[in-house]
Amino acid sequence: MPPKRKPVNLSGDGTAPPIDTWWWLTHKGTTTSFLCISLFALLIRSAVSMFPYSGAGTPPKFGDFEAQRHWMEITTNLPPIDWYRNGTHNDLAYWGLDYPPLTAYQSYIHGILLRTFDPDSVSLLTSRGHESYHGKLLMRWTVFSSDALIFFPAALFFVLVYHRNRAKSEVAWHIAMILLNPCLILIDHGHFQYNCISLGLTVGAIAAVLCGSEVLTCVFFTLALSHKQMSAYFAPAFFSHLLGKCLRRKNPVLSVLKLGIAVIVTFVVVWWPYLHSVDDLLMVLSRLAPFERGIYEDYVANFWCTTSILIKWKKLFTTPSLKSMSLAATVLASLPSMVQQILSPSNEGFLYGLLNSSMAFYLFSFQVHEKSILMPFLAATLLALKIPDHFNHLTYYALFSMFPLLCRDKLLLPYLTLHFLFTLIYHSPGTHITLPKTKTSSFSFTSFPGYVFLLRTHFFISVLLHVVYLTIQPPSKYPFLFEALIMILCFSYFVMFAIYTNYTQWNFSSHFRSADKEKKQI
Amino acid sequence: MDHRNNGDGRLLLWLFAVATSVKLLLIPSYRSTDFEVHRNWLAITHSLPLSQWYLDETSQWTLDYPPFFAYFERFLSFFAPLVDPKITDLHSGLGYAADSVVYFQRITAMASDLCLLLGVLRLTRKAEPLSRNLICVLVVLSPGLLIVDHVHFQYNGFLLGWLLLSVSFLQDGRDLVGGFLFAVVLCFKHLFAVAAPVYFVYLLRHYCWSGLATGLRRLLTLGAVVVAVFAAAFGPFIYNGQIQQVISRMFPFGRGLCHAYWAPNFWVFYIILDKGLAFSLRKLGVDVQVPSASFTGGLVGDSSPFAVLPQITPLTTFVMVLLALTPCLIKAWRKPQPGLVARWIAYAYTCGFLFGWHVHEKASLHFTIPLAIVAVQSLEDAKHYFLVSIVSCYSLFPLLYEPREYPIKVLLLLLHSMVMWLGFSAQYALKEKKEDGESKKSKFEIGCIEKSYLMGLVIVEIVSQFLHPYFLGDRFAFMPLMLISTYCAVGIMYSWVWQLKRILT
Repeated sequence: MPPKRKPVNLSGDGTAPPIDTWWWLTHKGTTTSFLCISLFALLIRSAVSMFPYSGAGTPPKFGDFEAQRHWMEITTNLPPIDWYRNGTHNDLAYWGLDYPPLTAYQSYIHGILLRTFDPDSVSLLTSRGHESYHGKLLMRWTVFSSDALIFFPAALFFVLVYHRNRAKSEVAWHIAMILLNPCLILIDHGHFQYNCISLGLTVGAIAAVLCGSEVLTCVFFTLALSHKQMSAYFAPAFFSHLLGKCLRRKNPVLSVLKLGIAVIVTFVVVWWPYLHSVDDLLMVLSRLAPFERGIYEDYVANFWCTTSILIKWKKLFTTPSLKSMSLAATVLASLPSMVQQILSPSNEGFLYGLLNSSMAFYLFSFQVHEKSILMPFLAATLLALKIPDHFNHLTYYALFSMFPLLCRDKLLLPYLTLHFLFTLIYHSPGTHITLPKTKTSSFSFTSFPGYVFLLRTHFFISVLLHVVYLTIQPPSKYPFLFEALIMILCFSYFVMFAIYTNYTQWNFSSHFRSADKEKKQI
Repeated sequence: MDHRNNGDGRLLLWLFAVATSVKLLLIPSYRSTDFEVHRNWLAITHSLPLSQWYLDETSQWTLDYPPFFAYFERFLSFFAPLVDPKITDLHSGLGYAADSVVYFQRITAMASDLCLLLGVLRLTRKAEPLSRNLICVLVVLSPGLLIVDHVHFQYNGFLLGWLLLSVSFLQDGRDLVGGFLFAVVLCFKHLFAVAAPVYFVYLLRHYCWSGLATGLRRLLTLGAVVVAVFAAAFGPFIYNGQIQQVISRMFPFGRGLCHAYWAPNFWVFYIILDKGLAFSLRKLGVDVQVPSASFTGGLVGDSSPFAVLPQITPLTTFVMVLLALTPCLIKAWRKPQPGLVARWIAYAYTCGFLFGWHVHEKASLHFTIPLAIVAVQSLEDAKHYFLVSIVSCYSLFPLLYEPREYPIKVLLLLLHSMVMWLGFSAQYALKEKKEDGESKKSKFEIGCIEKSYLMGLVIVEIVSQFLHPYFLGDRFAFMPLMLISTYCAVGIMYSWVWQLKRILT
């Protein structure tokens, strides 16, 4: 009945009507279908990893691949206290470590692995720009194994908790949406990063929320934060939801205290090497917040970058004032969803809260990167069954917003193929996507005729831009004209999307409240 | 609603599209020398007149497929220069490996798989939806085809598509078209000729055996059709007086009994027995001469590679294949049933694989693909197919020897096994529901022996991939491959015995 997917299919037999097309995949239970789909997802990942990575063969600075390799070189050869400190062996100007300690530990473990099999690839100083066949392969395999060992189990945990009482074929579809998410595959296994770890930990934390174990949530989310500071995009949602829940307990202070302790203990454990003096801690923290890089970089589809076409933020304001402006804007934008969760925390609302807060950060915070769209996109993926149409469009524009980046990495073919594969699986036959059962309200803005027109125009222009970007040289006066156009287009979609999801989240709670009232009246 | 959706081929097309996206992602993967072989054929057929095709020796990869395949390359070579003129340049194109040629050739392999899709669509159009989809998954997403065609590089999907089309016409009772298509396949790749005796007996008996007048007329028609196909293929070369040359290119018997990597067939046991005998006789003090040619060295010449056992000639293998085929031919003669044709053809290719001369491990596709059609017919067939398709896919592993493709081949095999297991158990769980009564027997379960054999594959893989290089390094470098082919040969032999038993009962 609902959506479904997967490389194989057997389908319902005509004589047994209640059996749907994907019954064969799901008849052994969620875990088995998860395994089958994850094998396919892993296959796709290992195929994508044969394509070039960011900065392949481009000295002197290379790209993210070299950054990660360099961190392995630093962490395996120097003591932890020197990892974040400029020194004779650690030139911070050359891809200095700028992620929190958990990333450093992960680099250390992976570095040990590389050193065992290919010592040259992580030797101190001499290994810069190392790109041997085995070195590259081992690096790719570290991402692959991180994905399989962290993101996949976390996704399974989430699916098992979230889909306790749902039709099986819907679950299979949702699993495929999570595991075959083209953005994450392209960035981690194409471009080269380890988002699967921090996103996996975040998904684990979300699943822990859904199954009600709040201490576990705090531990997982703190770990995610200690792996990539960008996980903070989700912090408002976790904070407000947990706070909202604690406030409804008998002893709010005690529950908050319990969670606070869990967070602090986890932080202390992870950050231990840097907690011996204030200077050490400040040194690490200053590495994590590179304010000197400006409010935005390249062409990212957020508020600051898009409006900079009209208002030259960087010229009009100093960095400190931009800092406070962006902070204020981010807080304002995520406030509605936080308030909603504090007032009426619910699992469904929490997922929307994650989406809204991460989108607010993406649109308004300081120093956002194209890749940061992964955060809101992950939250949307978890909600795919609730907002299938919007999820489909968001995938399209999220991918599109990274299009120039992926073209630079020579990942055009996987970009198109994964997009195609996503569309196929999204529309797998024998299934049709059911509209959200909770009809939010009769005057949802998606039903305005203007909206559909707008969406189609958007889509048309974006297809055109794909072609133009690939075939036409931009005018020499505006070398980044097409990037700017792509950015404007994606930004305008993201804004519409954010308005819709914020609206839905609020509507959601009023819907529940009125339902509660009705119950009480009865 | 679901029923309707599955009744038309929409799900099939969808599946094919999914398979195509996997194939697209495999474009940058490892390519064997077969890639250059096919590129060279593009260049030969494009730049030389037909009379030179089978004479050209510019590259060592001379044209050695029958003429239809050469025509097919000629057809592709119309498009190649549009992409990059260097692809079809006979001299400067040698060893050309730019993106343009890789994308062009890879995409031709994907596009020619449409033929496979067509074959499956036609063959399964009357099957019940569940079986139909299962067959399609097994064929379209066959890990063997993906490995051989889209990583290693060949056009097997295209050729097997023709074969499946031919089978589908035979199953419909349209014997003449079926025979015609088979003749076409033969003129694409002569290795398909192993099934010719089955076709011959079946068509003679089922199509021509009906009264003297009709029979004779049909026999003549059929003969005329086959002759016409062969004339279309070989005619131009006969006209040029080159038929000798073409034949000698197509049948290079000088190449020896076994390929450099032994296909997992009967001859593996023969060689091992010979080695064992020679070894023990030497221990006993008998003077056994060391053969001048060695199997483990890779290159096999004309001299006898056997120390004790008699030399094997192409004729011996030919007779053995025919002998192995005989029971099936008798069966086909006695009772020619269209429903059993696929089974017989698969059996014929199994015999050819086991006893043939200079067999490539890739030839196992010739029987795993037709067996997929048979697999959905009964529980026993499903169990047998489960085993044989895993073994034959595993035996292809040494083709992709580079570490980069390692996860890909392993995941392909695991995914295939998992899908088979889920698919077959769903199929029989459904049947169980339908006929509640005697449901006990119809559950898809792998027997104890089969299970331990398959577990053994894991051990063989661990030993040959990890333990051997770790402990022995480069010494006995032939050991891992020998271990794999011997172990897989056991499985294929079992499959052969099983199929034979199945055909006879």
